[in-house]
Amino acid sequence: MFAVTRKASDGRKRARLFSRTGASLVRIVFSLLITFIGLLLVTFLIGRVLPIDPVLAAVGDHASEQVYQRVKEEMGLNLPLWQQFFVYISNVVQGDFGTSVLTSNPVLEDIKRVFPATLELATLATIIGVFLGVPAGVFAAINKGKWPDHIVRIIGLAGYSMPIFWLGLMGLLVFYLKLDWVAGPGRLDAFYVDFIEPTTGLMLVDTLIEGDMDLFWNAVSHIILPASILAYFSLAYIARMTRSFMLEQLSQEYILTARVKGISETRIIWRHALGNVMVPLVTVIALSYANLLEGSVLTEIIFAWPGLGLYITNSLLNADMNAVLGGTVVVGAVFIGVNMLSDVLYRLLDPRARR
Amino acid sequence: MTNETLLSVKNLAITFSTSKGPVHAVRGVSFDLGRERLGIVGESGSGKSQTGRAILGLTAANGKITADQMQFHDLDLRNLSKRDWRKVRGARISMIMQDPKYSLNPVMTIGDQIIEAYREHHKVNATEAKRGALDMLAAVKIRDPERVFNSYPHEVSGGMGQRVMIAMMLIPDPEILIADEPTSALDVTVQLQVMAILDDLVRERGMALVFISHDLHLVSSFCDRVLVMYQGHVVEEIRASELDQAKHPYTQGLLNCLPKMDGNHAELPVLTREASWAEA
Amino acid sequence: MNISSTTEKPGLKQWLTSDTPQSRWQAKCGRAWLGWLKFTENRLAMIGLSIVLALILVTIFAPLLAPYDPLAADLTNRIQSPSAEHWFGTDQLGRDILSRLIYGAQYTLMIVALVVITAAPVGLLVGTAAGFFGGWIDATLMRITDIFLAFPKLILALAFVSALGPGIENAVLAIALTAWPPYARIARAETITVRRSDYIEAARLQGVSNMGLILGHITPMCISSLVVRVTLDMAGMILIAAGLGFLGLGAQPPMPEWGAMVSEGRQFLLEQWWVSTVPGLAIFIVSLGFNLLGDGLRDVLDPRGGD
Repeated sequence: MFAVTRKASDGRKRARLFSRTGASLVRIVFSLLITFIGLLLVTFLIGRVLPIDPVLAAVGDHASEQVYQRVKEEMGLNLPLWQQFFVYISNVVQGDFGTSVLTSNPVLEDIKRVFPATLELATLATIIGVFLGVPAGVFAAINKGKWPDHIVRIIGLAGYSMPIFWLGLMGLLVFYLKLDWVAGPGRLDAFYVDFIEPTTGLMLVDTLIEGDMDLFWNAVSHIILPASILAYFSLAYIARMTRSFMLEQLSQEYILTARVKGISETRIIWRHALGNVMVPLVTVIALSYANLLEGSVLTEIIFAWPGLGLYITNSLLNADMNAVLGGTVVVGAVFIGVNMLSDVLYRLLDPRARR
Repeated sequence: MTNETLLSVKNLAITFSTSKGPVHAVRGVSFDLGRERLGIVGESGSGKSQTGRAILGLTAANGKITADQMQFHDLDLRNLSKRDWRKVRGARISMIMQDPKYSLNPVMTIGDQIIEAYREHHKVNATEAKRGALDMLAAVKIRDPERVFNSYPHEVSGGMGQRVMIAMMLIPDPEILIADEPTSALDVTVQLQVMAILDDLVRERGMALVFISHDLHLVSSFCDRVLVMYQGHVVEEIRASELDQAKHPYTQGLLNCLPKMDGNHAELPVLTREASWAEA
Repeated sequence: MNISSTTEKPGLKQWLTSDTPQSRWQAKCGRAWLGWLKFTENRLAMIGLSIVLALILVTIFAPLLAPYDPLAADLTNRIQSPSAEHWFGTDQLGRDILSRLIYGAQYTLMIVALVVITAAPVGLLVGTAAGFFGGWIDATLMRITDIFLAFPKLILALAFVSALGPGIENAVLAIALTAWPPYARIARAETITVRRSDYIEAARLQGVSNMGLILGHITPMCISSLVVRVTLDMAGMILIAAGLGFLGLGAQPPMPEWGAMVSEGRQFLLEQWWVSTVPGLAIFIVSLGFNLLGDGLRDVLDPRGGD
């Protein structure tokens, strides 16, 4: 859609616009590529400064010098650093992160197995966070300076300040150990674990596919506490940003225009202001989702949740560097991917960015 | 032009409480408005825009309004409920704002915004509403209404945006239209076009126009009567045709500091002010 | 606009609130005074300030305040309930939890201070240089910044600590490495808004060097947004540090670090819940203090308020 006022120069302008859009797409892809290579470089360097000798780990303490050298050559560790880096990149691109010492599976296999658990937890948490956080933020903004605003602000600030591992422990203490309202750590009761064959890897979906409601409700009782705790952090962030975006939009001229038109306050808030707030809010929600995907590390440890965070931490504590770096690269890649997705959504929601 | 009074304001005062103490934006303003075109002229901060907003009950939350009288037909505007205000705004008193770049919702199509104003006050179905909106766009001399209808505000020029604004505010057919600096954000070349469209429509529909501007000449050429405001006071009320006989030194100052085609000033005189004008 | 002046008392207050300051110094003081007034109006911010001041005082006077030696084990007094002698009870080695909390404040404050001292100047330098010079310098520096931003903070810190080995110095380094990129972004944004302004041009015409422009004229413009952001980030730093401590990757035992203390109490959660609860509460309160303070500062220093 182009300017309605047509001038002679319009054709040229249009041509320039198109080439600009094309150029910006190329630039986005290019910058993503650079960021990803940078990510790999950082993980690569971390792997290299590690005080553990990977050759020694492979051959054991009692190997002879010849064996040691041969293995070192086989592993490509006698090459110059930059060549090693290229080997590393080409391996990663082919999905080869090496083998996990701890599980002796290819790291990628391990990640495929554990990732759905994290995904399920983060998705549920984000859904809860959005459905509570957005209305809370709107509510705070329209009552600026009054008690609903203060309550939302305090809830939000508390969320920003709470150590998540501690909140998880307290949640377990109160709702599991003392009150027994929810199930404890893990994704299912130990008794049920062998009953379910992973199809999607998402426990709530898999149990529904099998049509086993006992299993489904068991899975719900396991996920609800960790998901709520993660959701609280997402809610705090989303509510706070919604409030500030909302205040910004409510002070805009077009809001006054809507009031002059005699539109009801409800419609002004939920249609006019929120319609504009959604544009930056999408980025915030995407960011909080990406944060939960990685931020669930501590929660997964507390709740023995067999996801990516638990996998990375366990590997880390056992000096299983292939697994740690593989996991880090995957998390970084998800981060970059979510950011790109939010960029696309932004363009869909804002007519000014749509060309 | 009848002499029937639509709106009567007596001794209007607006005070804002700020962290630096109260700010008296408007003090003791009185005027009657019939089916005529009234200009309010003043510098920025003179209280002219606040006067316009007070008539719509849209003074900011930290502002306090007092008046001896604010009568619109049989309605006392001083103590209308929120619900009653919504029946007045748009439907009976409306306002055109300064800059269409900011005063139109950027994520709604122009058509949706016009239809919203229409359907808020008239019971029409979607097809009728669309036809009404397209007719209105044609009435503000937009050549390709269908296209503009489906556009977003950023896709049209400033002059076009202001015509859209006029269409949107006139479609519920109000009795009083307040125009707050409707052309100052526009290119000089399109200012007069927009003013002419506004003037035609106001005449055709027999509406009252309150034209708020800092431009004394523009106001005098489109209005019947002019209020000159200075620091919250009305310092002079005068018929536009008799402007050259203005008595108040501030009005004279405003007139003199404008360049004239036949003027032979070597230098434009600087506006002088006296503290006593702000007391009164 | 006519501002009717409030009743005027002569003296300092009048000097501070004067509409017509006689010197740059008076104008600055006047602005600071107005800012302080606005800040004190915000009750939550004042609470935050008190918490942070209390943390600093506790850190300084820890040896005087702590009733016991935080490291002295007393196995006959293991995991005691709170009592008159031990207000918050004792831990699994019979150490007084209150004393450990008081000494733990030192670690918390130290980690935050060290991270800020390392990360803020780096971010400021990278950001102002990128914004000031533009072109390929900007592109390169911002690309590096983006790479670090693309990493999830905690996982990057985990990877660093695991590579460098656990310990408090490495935890500081790891957190600093994850903390600087946002500062670079902020400094760059501020620099870009001022670098074309007339006063920079005027200073340049007077022969001020690029370095002089950056340090003397641009950096000061970035300070206030940076202070706000750093204060708000301090809470996050405390949480990451505590998280690393919880995982056993931060301060090593027997140091009384709060995150590690929560972790040590996990085994007794059901019966002796306070062992974990109390240090967690301390982390929460201190990080809340920094958040409240940062929020208040933002209202005063950065009224646009964006994040």
